[in-house]
Amino acid sequence: MQKFLLQALLRRALTEPPPAVDGDVLEELGRALDAKARQRLGRSLAIREVDAGSCNGCELEIHALNNAFYDIERFGLRFVASPRHADVLMVTGPVTKNMREALERTYNATPDPKWVVAVGECAYDGGVFAGSYACVGAVSAVIPVDLHIRGCPPDPIALLKGLIGLVDCADRKDAE
Amino acid sequence: MMFMRREKRGGEAPPAAPPSCHPWSRLDVGAKDWSAAVEEIARGDADLLSLWSDGASVYLATIAKDASDVVIRALACPDRRFPSVGLLHMPALRLERTIADLYGLEPIGSPDARRWLDHGRWGLRHPGGAREAIDTPSDAYSFLKAEGEPLHQIPVGPVHAGIIEPGHFRFTANGEVVVRLEERLGFVHKGVGQLMAGAAVAQAAKVAARVSGDSTVAYSFAFARAVEAALGVAVPARAQYLRALMAELERLANHFGDIGAICNDAAFALMLAQCGLVRERLLRAAAACFGHRLMMDRIVPGGVSVDLEADKIAELRGLLDWINLMLPRLLKLYGDTTSLQDRTVGTGALSEDLARQYACGGFVGRASGRRFDARRSVGYAPYETLSFELGVSKEGDVDARIWVRFDEIKASLGIIEQVLDRLPHGGIHATFEETPPREIEGAALVESFRGDILVWLRIGANGRIAHAHLRDPSWFQWPLLEAVIKGNIVADFPLCNKSFNCSYSGHDL
Ligand code: SF4
Repeated sequence: MQKFLLQALLRRALTEPPPAVDGDVLEELGRALDAKARQRLGRSLAIREVDAGSCNGCELEIHALNNAFYDIERFGLRFVASPRHADVLMVTGPVTKNMREALERTYNATPDPKWVVAVGECAYDGGVFAGSYACVGAVSAVIPVDLHIRGCPPDPIALLKGLIGLVDCADRKDAE
Repeated sequence: MMFMRREKRGGEAPPAAPPSCHPWSRLDVGAKDWSAAVEEIARGDADLLSLWSDGASVYLATIAKDASDVVIRALACPDRRFPSVGLLHMPALRLERTIADLYGLEPIGSPDARRWLDHGRWGLRHPGGAREAIDTPSDAYSFLKAEGEPLHQIPVGPVHAGIIEPGHFRFTANGEVVVRLEERLGFVHKGVGQLMAGAAVAQAAKVAARVSGDSTVAYSFAFARAVEAALGVAVPARAQYLRALMAELERLANHFGDIGAICNDAAFALMLAQCGLVRERLLRAAAACFGHRLMMDRIVPGGVSVDLEADKIAELRGLLDWINLMLPRLLKLYGDTTSLQDRTVGTGALSEDLARQYACGGFVGRASGRRFDARRSVGYAPYETLSFELGVSKEGDVDARIWVRFDEIKASLGIIEQVLDRLPHGGIHATFEETPPREIEGAALVESFRGDILVWLRIGANGRIAHAHLRDPSWFQWPLLEAVIKGNIVADFPLCNKSFNCSYSGHDL
């Protein structure tokens, strides 16, 4: 183990430079965040991930944000275990009816101000599961959504772009 | 009377005959023969592959102990009842509760009449059968009782603390020691069966690819093979090898990801960081070669949808070399860290008997002495031309499951090398006639990283999927997780759970 740690110390960091954020992400966020909220947010966001019926594909890519290449914590973004500690809910899946109440309760347990990021095609409009008797469909049909990150699943770069946009937006308004 | 149907496609068949099920035999049986088959699996003379329904009949798929023959028995249920399988053979219990939920067919004599996937929240009952509107917010669920002075209960979920899928665990503990764990699943039920019924083959393939995201390649592989078996499609050799390449890349990515995550659950984050690097590089290679990190929708009925460009082969070989360099270091890191082994050795031990009884597939079964791997035991293209060793252990604990996964990593690396060496030239997709002359059935068993996935489907004369059943390996692993945690401390549950890593979405469907 010591050898491992020593080598890691001597090696160049694997973490890659952050991606540039797309204009349309910023625009969607600009609408979502009011000035007061941005002030309270600072440059740090605690994220609670909620699987509302995902196939688990989106979760795999969200997980990847924690690996050394993306290292999401350097942006002040952190995944937390409880909605009570969270600023942001990251929701995946076509909201199965069996998860609907759990999602609503998680949302209600998250203190204000809070933002909801819907991740994946399923969370956007139900994806391939749209129309099923067992699914509600879009996350926005159940709780208000501030940002959609689309893709099936969105890759970590797409996720990063969206989340950095969220922090940047908060930050920029602070400076104004 | 029992009779076998093995008509070849295009052979003379009477129009009223039940469809045959390629490549295996389908028997239409009466109650007596049904019960005889159930007794056979209950005695342990054959293994249960799955139990499902299409609303009119129930189907029981079994496989001989030596994997030499798969038989699908169909029992018509005109009075909407069938003799319970779970009564004699516990592993069938949840499958049978699911049949009751989805189709309203009653298993007579079932020891557990509780609903399973139906939580009373769909606004209707029996979505696959005679639908009945209901107006309840949800059903109450009575958990099994565990009574006694010092016992307390810990309810966990459906929303868990980590970035994982939802499900509910009800622990009853005596101090720190778990006395009983009862799972309640079904939270991510998406109605896959009904989404497939009536769908065009291409659309159904998309749904199949999204049954369980971590096994998307394996699901697409199994679905494609079942369609091809039904319609008699010959897949080009190059496509077959590319399928194996994708399947093994997926297996590697999952094994590395999980080994890291298991160690992380024992607070050994270094392993997670190192394994995370390997996983990420594998996913990037997958994206570079096939245009999608998880390789979703890359295997399609008829072949594969993208070809591997020649220059990518060198890139893949470079990655393999690097992983081959990393692997011994990771093995040593795991094997030499005694504080980590202190957590994994002896924890969550699954007995050989239980693994056998549940016909438990994948590394969970193989870590408990069950030598079953669909790639080898049943065999399918192109694996019969590839040589690889199965990892097997008898210890059955978290540690054994990790070692077996390490063995499977070695096997997959070897398979990929062989595939790259032998990759034939030629087409990657065969066009085929989607409309069969009459209703026809097909089935396939494919080894995902988690274990064997069974896909059975029926294609109607209109070329659409009439019915499909996809059985995740987790069906026979989830109940065993309940068994192995008994007597362990609550704090070791994440470790045990991750070492199984059952699928919620694949199970809940
Ligand atoms: S968007 Fe795609 S990857 Fe994400 S949950 Fe839906 S099907 Fe799975």
